[in-house]
Order: sequence, then structure tokens, then C-alpha cells
Amino acid sequence: MRFSFVRSEVANGLRRNFTMTVALIVSVAVSLALVGAALLMRAQVDRMKGYWYDKIEVSIFLCGKTSVAFTCTGTVTAEQRANIETVLGSLAPTVQEIFYESSQDAYGKFQEQFAGSAILANISPDALPESFRVKLDDPANFEKVATALQSVQGVESIQDQRQLLDRFFQILKGLQSFAIAIAAAMLFVTVLLVMNTIRVSAFARRRETSIMRSVGASNISIRLPFILEAVVASVIGSMLATAGILATKYWVIDARLAPNLTFIPFITWSQVLAIVPVIFLAGVGITVLASSITLRRYLRG
Amino acid sequence: MISFDNVTKHYKNTSMPALAEIDLNIEQGDFVFLVGASGSGKSTLLRLLLREETATSGTVTVDGVNVAKIRHRDVPAYRRNMGIVFQDFRLLPGKTVFENVAFGMEVIGKHKSEIARKVPALLELVGLEEKSHRLPSELSGGEQQRVAMARAFVNQPKLLLADEPTGNLDPATSVGIMKLLDRINRIGTTVIMATHDVATVDQMRKRIVQMEDGKIVRDQERGMYGQSGQAL
Repeated sequence: MRFSFVRSEVANGLRRNFTMTVALIVSVAVSLALVGAALLMRAQVDRMKGYWYDKIEVSIFLCGKTSVAFTCTGTVTAEQRANIETVLGSLAPTVQEIFYESSQDAYGKFQEQFAGSAILANISPDALPESFRVKLDDPANFEKVATALQSVQGVESIQDQRQLLDRFFQILKGLQSFAIAIAAAMLFVTVLLVMNTIRVSAFARRRETSIMRSVGASNISIRLPFILEAVVASVIGSMLATAGILATKYWVIDARLAPNLTFIPFITWSQVLAIVPVIFLAGVGITVLASSITLRRYLRG
Repeated sequence: MISFDNVTKHYKNTSMPALAEIDLNIEQGDFVFLVGASGSGKSTLLRLLLREETATSGTVTVDGVNVAKIRHRDVPAYRRNMGIVFQDFRLLPGKTVFENVAFGMEVIGKHKSEIARKVPALLELVGLEEKSHRLPSELSGGEQQRVAMARAFVNQPKLLLADEPTGNLDPATSVGIMKLLDRINRIGTTVIMATHDVATVDQMRKRIVQMEDGKIVRDQERGMYGQSGQAL
């Protein structure tokens, strides 16, 4: 089977089947773009988790003047504070680092965060509780710390920052599942489109294929032009999907989101580029599979 | 060269077998007419030879090879030893005469230089060297069938199967096609031709195998179509 002959057969097939080919390209592009989006979202969540979990602390707020928790009897005493620190110290290696933040420190941070805001005037240092900030070896070990401290005198409340983040990650995960569901549906449509395109194509060229069979052309050389037709369409579709994803990274993430949301670590170019081969493999793999199965049915040797 | 040994072919969902316990021997260089009404089993016999179908029971042997035992991927190579011509010519309307014949060589991977050398020779054999750049639509039915025969002959097959090759042609044109088949037969090619064409059969005076309801009812050297079938 000579290359130039296969090439002209494929070009002819694509031209004759123009509308189907366009439909196939668009369908492949949309479904793969969605697959890519789902993969990017996963990479984004992983990256944010890695970044934020590293910074996560457990805050142990101590009793203030107005605290009502049953472990509180007015402002925490120096003795109680020392006891809490001892309990925390005994929790090593789960507890890795312990910082003490006084009401005055908290007020300083608050001033920094809300500089220029009217809210500052209403807040005095004693309205902000003093606290221990604790770094854990693994954020998942929060329960250990909570159980050890929840009934210790002088502790007003224990806050796990991870819980705040996890709610946010849950939303992202939901979005990701949604994208995967749509991508799966689109891929299914793409498979059907490939099958239909191949069937129409095989029917339009039944005379050619019957001649090929009768002169003893090998099965692969009879089927190759059809499969290559689908592959050409899927490669073009994959390129469009890739272009869409790269454009999203360049124009949406890098140009718009990243400068405005500096506290979020966005996916890097290398993470985006790692998705490209997956898109091409998925696109070409699915079309080759779908067209081979169809040809087996419609071009019996 | 070809032998059918007690061959029966039963298609799915039919009560009558298409071929019933057929025994037939054809030697290299024979010219055989396969005659009989539609549905008598002629086409099934050709399909078994082409290995488009395999026998339900019995064995079909071609050149010492049990056709049913050929592996699926070896079927194309097997078919290169035979040429086939159809009633409807099966030319590609968008390709010229030359390209139509060349197509048969291209799809089995023949080199351009070989195609350029061989196709004109084949067109000369069928008497169409002058029309190699015409499209099939510009040719008469007889000429189109000649192109199809040139294409069937690209591999220099030892066996040529013809399924009603004159079915769409007028008698005068048919004579030309038969002369060509005769010429191909004289250079040693075995020719098996399924036909309804009484005039052609009578004129050629070749071996006749007559079929009825899947059975061979007459096998006669130098026969005439009109002679009623006698028991063998």
C-alpha cells in the first residue's frame, strides 16, 4: 500500500463526507475540551490543597472576659495558659509547632488586614481573644488535638481551618464531576458520530471496497483509509481542544484571574502541558477504536 | 485444479440448501459455463471459490488447498490468484480507464513503475489502448466490461471467474467479450463463467455444467444450452 495512494483516498473521503467530517471535528473538539477542563480542575484542586494545607493551622482560642463556654470562668489565667501549652507540647509529633498570639498581636494583624476600614474604630484589643496557633504534621490529625483540648479549662474553642477549605474544595469537586459527566456524554456522542460517519463513508465507497476485496487487497489496506479519515478529524478536533485549553490558561488564568486573586496558587504551564498528550491520546484512541469496530461490521472480508 | 467434493451449502434461515452434495472437477485451462435458473446455486458456487462463503459440509479444493482452511488474513493473498468480472462492470465513475485498471494494482501495493508498464499492456490485451484516458461514462457497455476484464487480469490470475459478464450487453457486443474470454483461456487461464445467455453458450461449444435447485443436473463437454438435462 503506497503512501500517496492512501493519502489521496483519505483526502477524497473527507471531501465527499464534508459535513459529517465537520460535525465530527466539532464534536471531538468540544468533548476533549471538557475532558481537558475536568483534568485541569483536578490539577488545580490538588495544587491548592498542597499549597494551603501546608499553611493550615489549628487555632485554639482562649477564654476572654465575655466567653460563655463551660470551660471558661472569665479571662484565662496564666496557670491555665501554661497548662494548655503543656498539653499541646505532649501531643508531639502530631503537633509540630506552637505559636502564642496575644490579644494585642491579634489586634495588630487585624489593623493590618482592615487598614482604612471603619470597622477598626469599633474594635478594641480585648475584643479579640488570645490564642495558640498550632501546626500539625498532617492536617487530618485535627481530631487528636481537639479531643485532648476540648475539656481543658481556659480553652474557649478550637477551630480547624481545614474545614473551611474543605467546603470550598467540595464545591470544586462538584464542578469537576459535572464537567466529567458532560465530557462522558459528549464522548459517547462522538463515538456514535464516528460510527455513523464511517458507515456512511463505507456505504458511499462500497464499490471501491468490493473491487479491493476482489483483487485481493489486504484487510488493513481496505480499512486503513477509513480509519485514517476518522483519525485526521480527531487530530484536528484535538488540536482545537488543546488550543482552547492553552487559550484559557493564557488569557483567563494568567491574564485575568492570577493578578486579581493573588492568594490562590493557579496551575502552572507544565501542569497544563501535561494534559495535552492525554487529550490527543483520548481523541485518537477513541476514534480508532470506534471506527475499527464499525468497519468490522460493515466491511466483512 | 478445482474440485468440489460432496459440497453442501446451507444459508441461515433457509429450508433448502443452496448447494446439495455437489461433486465437480475442473482442470487447469478449462473453460466452463455454469448455467441454470436464478437461485440454482451458480452464485453460491462462485462465492465458495472466492471464499466469500465457506461450505457447510464437504471440501472445496483449489490448487491443492482446502479453501475453508485458509486463515482469514491469508484470504487476500489467495484471491490474488483469481480474477473476477461482474455483470455490472463495477468501474469507478470518477476514474479514467487507465486509473480504473491501475486501481486494482495500487490497492495491492504495486509500485508506480510497474503500474505504468503493465496497465498499457493490459489495455492492449482488451483492445482499449486508444481509450485509456476516457471516463467509463464515455464508453459503451462492452468497452466498460473490457476495462473490468483488464482490471481482473492485473495479477495474471490462473483462474478467471465471470458472473454473467454479458448479462447487460447486446448480442453483438457479447461476441466481442466472449472472444476476449476465449483468448484469455487460450493462454492457459481457467475460466468459469456463470450465465443465462443461451446464444453465447451455444456458439462457444464449451463444457457446460447445468445446475438446478443446488444440484448439478448436467456436466457435458462441448455442450449446447438448449439440450435438455439428462441424468449423469
